[in-house]
Amino acid sequence: MNRIVVVGASAAGLAAAETLRREGYDGTLTLVGDELHAPYDRPPLSKQVLSAEWAPDRVTLRAPGELDSLGLELRLGVAASGLDVADRTVRLADGSAVPYDGLIVATGVRPRRLPGEGAHVLRTLDDALTLRERLGPGQRLVVVGAGFLGAEAAAVAWRLGARVTLLEPAQVPLAHAVGEEVGRVLSRAHLERGVDLRTGVAVTEVTEVTDDGVRLADGQEIEADEVLVAIGSLPNVEWLAGSGLTVGDGIVCDEYCEAARGVYAAGDVARWYNPLFGVSMRIEHRTNAAEQGVAAARNLLDPGARKAFAPVPYFWSDQYEMKIRAYGYLRGHEEVRVVEGDLEEGRFVAAYRRGERLGGVLAVGVGPKVMRGWRQRVAVAARWRDAVI
Amino acid sequence: MHVELDEPKCVASGQCVLAAPEVFDQRDEDGIAFVLDEKPAGDALDAVREAVAICPAAAIRLVER
Repeated sequence: MNRIVVVGASAAGLAAAETLRREGYDGTLTLVGDELHAPYDRPPLSKQVLSAEWAPDRVTLRAPGELDSLGLELRLGVAASGLDVADRTVRLADGSAVPYDGLIVATGVRPRRLPGEGAHVLRTLDDALTLRERLGPGQRLVVVGAGFLGAEAAAVAWRLGARVTLLEPAQVPLAHAVGEEVGRVLSRAHLERGVDLRTGVAVTEVTEVTDDGVRLADGQEIEADEVLVAIGSLPNVEWLAGSGLTVGDGIVCDEYCEAARGVYAAGDVARWYNPLFGVSMRIEHRTNAAEQGVAAARNLLDPGARKAFAPVPYFWSDQYEMKIRAYGYLRGHEEVRVVEGDLEEGRFVAAYRRGERLGGVLAVGVGPKVMRGWRQRVAVAARWRDAVI
Repeated sequence: MHVELDEPKCVASGQCVLAAPEVFDQRDEDGIAFVLDEKPAGDALDAVREAVAICPAAAIRLVER
């Protein structure tokens, strides 16, 4: 193998490129990214960047010298526009074509949007800096979507003195992910601070008629100075149409993260079979991006010794003073039980049952040793009745 | 090679402790990582390289001093 192309220059793509070099690959290594910025980190965008606590360059993932030492052919500011698996060529939006012997696709996701113009989304550094300039004391911000991203942005805006309205279609925010009881506890943090959380509210469009704002399904309009739409994301797979790869909700891969011979996927865009849980999953967590980038790179380089990618997913979210941490696969859980602490006190571990096993845990305000113990129980697929007493 | 930890960047994920338990630990009170061995060698150094790769905050660096 002498020519490897990594498409996607964020956390997963960078981790893949670095791993290829670390494992001794010394051929041509092309890293393609559609943004002009050098690889940067996204979790701080809705936290320290939005709050202006950090200067924007603080999110750069690697110092210029570290990036140089990888000996990359960097193609930044140009998106991949097509792939020919038979011909082993990636086409770029500037009309050029890059041949490869091995390919890792890490093109990530983009925000879902609502009809109408003028709303913010929060995915890129430029998005975060644009929104940050508009937030301040007294500003009216409507956040559409009370998922983790919307909740974090609402928390930061509130701290900056904005008047925040948080609109959520579900009756309980995050219930599909963390369960109703835990979702209710997490959303209490907004209400306690005077954030106007309205649940069971469907937003149909962003309006600009008299002022900025949003229109609801019942016809009512809510005015705002700024609107942030945080209603989830869509995998960036359109450029793969006709490529021969199987694309559904993400790029469909096997347990080795392989999508086709010599083609691997990693990060938010990859849907792969995780043998630890026995399901096909697509995970939009920062930790997974790096771990899967590393795993895909190793499997590409050494197909004879490749390993199934079977991680315990991990995510965190910071909202107000609350640090939320979760291990495992919570979606599709069948039962939730508080196994340590107390929901009302805001210090707890909630366990999630998946069939007869422990599928995951979510914790607030719990120390690292306790968390590692629970992670281990998820990692060994502990039986529910043994893990939860 | 010296291990450098950018503490304000740390998000307390504990990924480094899982990758390199001889080199990293976490504070009990908030889970923020700290370095046990600033100049690891051999297998421990390889483990730190893995920790650098999978740290979700890009908070760990290996530097020549």
